[in-house]
Amino acid sequence: MTPDERARANRKLLGKLLVCAAIMFGFGFALVPFYEKICEVTGIRNVFQPDAVAAENTQVDAARSISVEFDANTQRLPWTFKPLQASVSVHPGEVTQVLYEVRNTLDRPVTGQAVPSYGPQQAVLYFKKVECFCFQQQTLGPGEVRKMPVVFLIDPKLPREINTVTLSYTFFEVNGAQGGRG
Amino acid sequence: MSAVIDHGHAHGHEHHPSGIMRWITTTNHKDIGTLYLWFSFTMFLVGGILALGIRAELFQPGLQFWHPEFFNQLTSMHGLIMVFGAIMPAFVGFANWQVPMMIGAPDMAFARMNNWSFWLLPVAATLLVSSFFVPGGAVAAGWTIYAPLSTQMGPGMDLGIFALHIMGASSIMGSINIITTILNMRAPGMTLMKMPLFVCTWLITAYLLIAVMPVLAGAVTMVLTDRHFGTSFFNAAGGGDPVMFQHIFWFFGHPEVYIMILPGFGIISQVIPAFARKPLFGYSSMVYATASIAILSFIVWAHHMFTVGMPTAGVLFFMYATVLIAVPTGVKVFNWLATMWRGSMTFETPMLFAVGFIFVFTMGGFTGLVLAIMPIDIQLQDTYYVVAHFHYVLVAGSLFSLFAGFYFWVPKWTGRMYDEKLGKWHFWLSMIFFNVTFFPMHFLGLAGMPRRIPDYALQFAGFNEIASIGAFGFGLSQILFLWIILKVTVLGRGERAAARPWEGADTLEWTHLESPAPYHSFHEQPVVK
Repeated sequence: MTPDERARANRKLLGKLLVCAAIMFGFGFALVPFYEKICEVTGIRNVFQPDAVAAENTQVDAARSISVEFDANTQRLPWTFKPLQASVSVHPGEVTQVLYEVRNTLDRPVTGQAVPSYGPQQAVLYFKKVECFCFQQQTLGPGEVRKMPVVFLIDPKLPREINTVTLSYTFFEVNGAQGGRG
Repeated sequence: MSAVIDHGHAHGHEHHPSGIMRWITTTNHKDIGTLYLWFSFTMFLVGGILALGIRAELFQPGLQFWHPEFFNQLTSMHGLIMVFGAIMPAFVGFANWQVPMMIGAPDMAFARMNNWSFWLLPVAATLLVSSFFVPGGAVAAGWTIYAPLSTQMGPGMDLGIFALHIMGASSIMGSINIITTILNMRAPGMTLMKMPLFVCTWLITAYLLIAVMPVLAGAVTMVLTDRHFGTSFFNAAGGGDPVMFQHIFWFFGHPEVYIMILPGFGIISQVIPAFARKPLFGYSSMVYATASIAILSFIVWAHHMFTVGMPTAGVLFFMYATVLIAVPTGVKVFNWLATMWRGSMTFETPMLFAVGFIFVFTMGGFTGLVLAIMPIDIQLQDTYYVVAHFHYVLVAGSLFSLFAGFYFWVPKWTGRMYDEKLGKWHFWLSMIFFNVTFFPMHFLGLAGMPRRIPDYALQFAGFNEIASIGAFGFGLSQILFLWIILKVTVLGRGERAAARPWEGADTLEWTHLESPAPYHSFHEQPVVK
């Protein structure tokens, strides 16, 4: 191989490898929708959609009572946020509505998003939310107070040893970067 | 050995600038290799000082020296500096020195890009280290910079992110150079399956780098835009997910740990046959084992995050895939042992480090297997057991292989033999103090001591005391190493080395080049039969 031919071959390979690097940079970003799709398909993270409730799950099991406790938090958000009832006792399969109250203490409109979590962790699969204020972002005007419902039922297949389920919401401010550092 | 030895002639047409400009403008692979090695050794000392800061704090329970916030900076920066500043550039330095000489090429394929990929590194290192002096201090979210810590902390993180971008660019350019050199510039007759194993492992490593460094660049770019431009990749409130950062990071991170060990495997595979005076046992199985480790590294990332909550099917997949990696790694270890079997061995310093490497690296491999078992991992996640595990593979693995490679090749680089007596001292001190430092950490982790915390419960005091004493001993032993390096390089002391000082070494740099290797070597390529 002459030096010229070699230089040409080297440049060709350089180009190919640069393309590989560029594709892998894009691949890093492609992991984001890919990851979301996986979570959607496997149902790991469907916190923003109503849960599908199969007909047989709505059979009320009056023999059992589950205590459902409610909790409310805010994360770097000047809102007051609380459940209007500390806990309710429900039978599995029974559709129940509870109310949360939120108040914007600022003199400007603020948009927030509530993210639910559950305790114990095993209860996640059996806690079905039919309607929830956490399915959309909530915008509150200056000083506005809002009562917001959650409609849920507990799947009768909930393991026997679980008698208490805690539903906890955390409200985050939705405005990107400032949300992170308040 | 052959007509290609052309001293005098090679020195005849050196018109390079002198003084500092020689080093800034150099495009010579040997000069750039030297720059890489000095840079990485400097960063090794900086990262080591940070580690001693950690161990000083942990010598006794309670807070002694640092605020907890600064302790977090120490652990995070120690990790970042050692991974990106010390281990990775050191291996690239070895590649620069050795790859052209071992394949009979006159230089790297893109000499000017080579210069650039080195000189990016001091810039990145300056950014990273200067983050200690900005408000809020340096990166304190761990070397893994998990969101949401990394999306919330102060401007030190921005400097860290830019440093990672620059180091990533440097690694990608270096890898492109190495791949092109190896694929296009081998001596006639040297097929891919006849290459020395160091070259072969570096070829595979370079492909890994090109595949995953851009993914890291993407991940830290997302952190940057989450911090400043209102995106919500990792922000739950905006529909993002902090756990996704862990998935993307470890998609880079797991191949990264093999990037830091495969060239080390290559060095060990050169050193052991040379001192056992036997050809490497199972050459082609070594090549295939390296390639399968590299491929498997892409499908095991979630074993770093078993505790985030995953479907059982996912956990089992990642667990079995991880355990599978033990097979090619075992092939390598047994091949090294078989190479030594009935060899006529001598134990000069490179061989000591190589044998020590096999012993201690294998222990790290076994604790890795323990951690791969998900039910155990749940218990040991984020404890000192994990710290012990990855220091057994990174210090006793990567670092000891670098030491072995240094003692092995320094006669070729400088034309002088290192001080054998001091080298042996360096080995025994490093080996003993390494184990004094990290072996007790297994017990600490099993007993439940969490990592990255500046204080601990009283029952951990005894083992922490031992570990801290070991750490200071290990640190001081590296001052001896600095003296050994200075003696053989800058001061030029030590007896003159023959062209082939190790009788079992048979690659091109030993058989075709004098010691020290001429500034320009292999103008005419040797023919390999």
